[in-house]
Amino acid sequence: MKTVASGLSNRELEVGTFFQRDRSWHPPALTPAYKTSVLRSPQKALLSLDNTLSEITGPVFGHNILGELDDDLIHNFAKPGKSAIGQRIIVYGRLLDERGKGVAGALLEVWQANAGGRYRHKRESYIAALDPNFGGCGRTITGEDGSYAFRTIKPGPYPWPNGPNDWRPAHIHFSVFGHGFAQRLITQMYFEGDPLIWKCPIVRGIPDRAAVERLIAVLDMQATIPMDASAYRFDIVLRGRRSSLFENRLEGN
Amino acid sequence: MTHSLDRLKESPSQTAGPYVHIGLTPNFAGIGGVYENDLGADLVSDKTRGERIDIKLRVIDGGGTPLKDALIEIWQADAAGLYNSPFEMRGAADPNFTGWGRRAVDAESGECVFGTIKPGRVPFNDGRLMAPHITLWIVARGINIGLHTRLYFGDEQSANAEDPVLACIEHRHRVATLIAPRNGNTYTLDIRLQGERETVFFDI
Ligand SMILES: [Fe+3]
Repeated sequence: MKTVASGLSNRELEVGTFFQRDRSWHPPALTPAYKTSVLRSPQKALLSLDNTLSEITGPVFGHNILGELDDDLIHNFAKPGKSAIGQRIIVYGRLLDERGKGVAGALLEVWQANAGGRYRHKRESYIAALDPNFGGCGRTITGEDGSYAFRTIKPGPYPWPNGPNDWRPAHIHFSVFGHGFAQRLITQMYFEGDPLIWKCPIVRGIPDRAAVERLIAVLDMQATIPMDASAYRFDIVLRGRRSSLFENRLEGN
Repeated sequence: MTHSLDRLKESPSQTAGPYVHIGLTPNFAGIGGVYENDLGADLVSDKTRGERIDIKLRVIDGGGTPLKDALIEIWQADAAGLYNSPFEMRGAADPNFTGWGRRAVDAESGECVFGTIKPGRVPFNDGRLMAPHITLWIVARGINIGLHTRLYFGDEQSANAEDPVLACIEHRHRVATLIAPRNGNTYTLDIRLQGERETVFFDI
């Protein structure tokens, strides 16, 4: 169970505590228009304290966990010679910290509905058809500069039981690890130009329009693969660390 | 004009939603053949050092009902109190223990069990030892931003009594919401999202 990412070895490590989280920028726990939050939102004040070693550290994953097709949702569930149905896209970008530095060797996991807006899940009840060649999960690890990319199909929007007629904008769910457990983040990526974004009760839980815009990926014609896939750029920012440098141990993890 | 700090803002959180299992525990979700194993499924092997324990958790909503769709991750030190992390500067952790686990709760009972080892004590920032503890992170549909909390061990009364983090809890009766009683080798903790016995969650 070796867990050190190659991208992290032999470099100076910053081991300071993380910048405090700006909770007014995130959706609050209670967003009544998203009805499930009503009974699932803590009501008492959170306990604030500076990070300890338990939050400064966190799991780091090596490339050995990755399979060849993990970053290719078009093919990783498809039968041999087949591919998922839908608009083929590359999703790429950089994982940065609040100081603008790339976060290397970080695991990104994604999941999404198929092109018709249907998830492969036993609790899913939408009538849209399953795609026999689409599973809906993928993962990758960021490079030295925090860059990442994966290939998928553009997910469809879908209706969901909340208000009488609520639709989720097309989106890809992202789970992000940094280098410390305090950085752990789950978010969603939306697509430029989707009118459903601004009607969605989950999106609208985010108080600041500028914060929502940070979750909207932009079409990048320069990164498309002609006659194959269009491309969306999506940068993700994790909490930054206060500066405090240590020499990394060379071996031993 | 004033100077700019040139800092970026953290990407805002969004709920994990009801289908988090597809992405994080696909084999549990019935999506086989993509990843060999669900990440974080096994914490210990027969080579792992330390006392084997089970941690049994549920997440309870404000109506008293266990969540059936929650996902919990744990992060803990090894038996010697070292984290298996490149950011651990005090020494090398047990190479046979990652310290990280992930479970979807059971779709019927809302329960999940982590087979792990009892962690050693880790120093607080001022050098005092914290009591043995496990860091918990909870996401689910209806939870807009992942919840951080800790599990402390019911049979560590004296260590708990001097723990500098537990000491920060102003309303002393709430300390009990973080302490899992022991029964045999199993520690059990209900994480309550609301109500009289709401768990202490951390802004950390
Ligand atoms: Fe979704």
